[in-house]
Amino acid sequence: MTAEFDPTMSPAAGDAEKAPTPKAKRARGEFLFFALRSKKFVVSVSILLFLILLAIFGPMIDTNDPLALGDLPMRQPTLDPGNWFGTTYFGEDVFAQFVNGLRASFFVGLLGGGLGALIGMMVGFVAGYRGGWIDEVLNMVTNVFLVIPTLAVLLVITSYLQARGVMFEAIFIGATSWPWAARAIRAQTFSLRSRDFIDLAKLSGRSGPKVIVFEIAPNMSSYLFLTYILLFGGAILIAASLDFIGLGPTGGMSLGLMMYNAVTWAALQLGVWWWFIPPGIGIIAAVGSLYVMNVGLDEIFNPKLRDI
Amino acid sequence: MLSLNRISKTYKTGTFGGKDLVAVRDVSFDINPGEVISLIGESGSGKTTVGKMVLKLIDITKGSITLDGVDVAHKQGAELKTYYRHVQGVFQDPFSSYNPIFKADRVFSLIRSEFFADMPRAEWDAKVDGVLRSVTLEPNQVLNKYPHQLSGGQLQRLLVARALLLDLKILIADEIISMLDASTRIDVLNLLADLKSRGLGILFITHDLSLGNYISEKTVILRRGSVVEMGATDKVFGNPTHPYTRMLISSVPQLHKKWAQIEQELPAPIAGRGGCLFHEAYPLAGRTPDRPIDEPTLARVEDDHYVGCFELDSEKASQVA
Repeated sequence: MTAEFDPTMSPAAGDAEKAPTPKAKRARGEFLFFALRSKKFVVSVSILLFLILLAIFGPMIDTNDPLALGDLPMRQPTLDPGNWFGTTYFGEDVFAQFVNGLRASFFVGLLGGGLGALIGMMVGFVAGYRGGWIDEVLNMVTNVFLVIPTLAVLLVITSYLQARGVMFEAIFIGATSWPWAARAIRAQTFSLRSRDFIDLAKLSGRSGPKVIVFEIAPNMSSYLFLTYILLFGGAILIAASLDFIGLGPTGGMSLGLMMYNAVTWAALQLGVWWWFIPPGIGIIAAVGSLYVMNVGLDEIFNPKLRDI
Repeated sequence: MLSLNRISKTYKTGTFGGKDLVAVRDVSFDINPGEVISLIGESGSGKTTVGKMVLKLIDITKGSITLDGVDVAHKQGAELKTYYRHVQGVFQDPFSSYNPIFKADRVFSLIRSEFFADMPRAEWDAKVDGVLRSVTLEPNQVLNKYPHQLSGGQLQRLLVARALLLDLKILIADEIISMLDASTRIDVLNLLADLKSRGLGILFITHDLSLGNYISEKTVILRRGSVVEMGATDKVFGNPTHPYTRMLISSVPQLHKKWAQIEQELPAPIAGRGGCLFHEAYPLAGRTPDRPIDEPTLARVEDDHYVGCFELDSEKASQVA
């Protein structure tokens, strides 16, 4: 911004902030103002939106079955429909695989991250609010989950299950990624529950769950949102790594699975770069933009981090 | 009438709760309608803990609290709500008593949604208007505002108004004016006096002796969780018997006197057992009393004036240690 100082200029922007409008409206305006000013937020959200649109509409544009074998193996990417990202060793359409894999990745992130956030919030809120032996027990459970070797557990479960779906993967990730969220939320709840307004809500006859949902949670809503975003990105990353080592869904397609197949069939050695570059970039772009968005949102929510 | 019957609060500390920390020990008094009781003590004396126990925000370790003869210890759910309909509290810090992300009048809507869910909107608004005027607040000046847009005095009066929406019998006022400046202080204090004359029983918790003296009929002085002296305010202040009370009263800054001068005028400690009336009245004075430690430790000085036995306290402490 190179706006020059003009003493005759009406301080419109400043007035808008100071005007005695209701705070909710002002807060929303403030949020948008700082959100659009934050390059981190704008760029990461743009990338994320693009990927999400691709995941939603991609499979409609390229209707090829991602697992259908084709006649033209290892074809370089061209502008021909159905061959934008080339084909695999077996003639499968890489673009169809990519957009379908993206869809699965976002599904895992949405569900796995959502489940992790949900469990983490419930455990954290209840432990922090109730305290006492309930807190001790929940804290113990949290710590146990924190040190569980996820991979080993997954190996054991895998040996029992014949077929694994994306759903199973999402639930497994959600069920193992909540502990740190629970610990952080518990700590925050601890500091909030001793405030007088919590006592006052109790004196107004509010029950424990209502106090948590209507008094404590709104005070840390931005933090809860950030937690969800981090868990979302984490779930995508964990899913990709699980798929890559062959512990992913047995049917269907995912970005990690594409990488797994590419490595298994020596795509690197055969020079079929278009087989593994797109899923790699897809994972990096999705997870990276979620993490950058987290940092950007942190700056927006927390005035101390804003660079003015 | 609200009665505190020998209530105690002990916290478990240390690994596996191995140690006991006594916050309140054996406190008893009654709060009658139209009566202000001031509970005076230094910080850490357990005065807020007593208030919170009455409000059922903290569990009682020993003893009981009764409202009109009914024990309130096990009230839950609907019964607890009925209790809160009659017994309410206002806390020290007006700014932390409001959830900062909501408007201040949300404290009223909470009351409405929990206690008056069936009341028509217009009737409710009129009721809110009424209580606001009774605490000398102008409704359109305080409604629909955020806590930070109101002054501490306004917020504190809003909280009193909130309590008045209910069918209030007892108000626990926990240091409600210590965070206010002098000019708003007297407003809230006079409001309390007005409520008292309307038949409300008030437990006025404070560390300020002059405030307690100004407003209350009865005074309870608390030190390290135990009552050291209690009774009618004029008797406790007129004839302070416990050395701690004397020390407190003499330490109130006086406009025309220097501390050095006051120190000289302080009554000398009574010879023997340090002026502990209980021991002097006790047949076996000078010896360890052969009664259970749980017995009340208050001795009667005169009508409606009791003093705690501080000597006994130190003996107890040495036995526990």
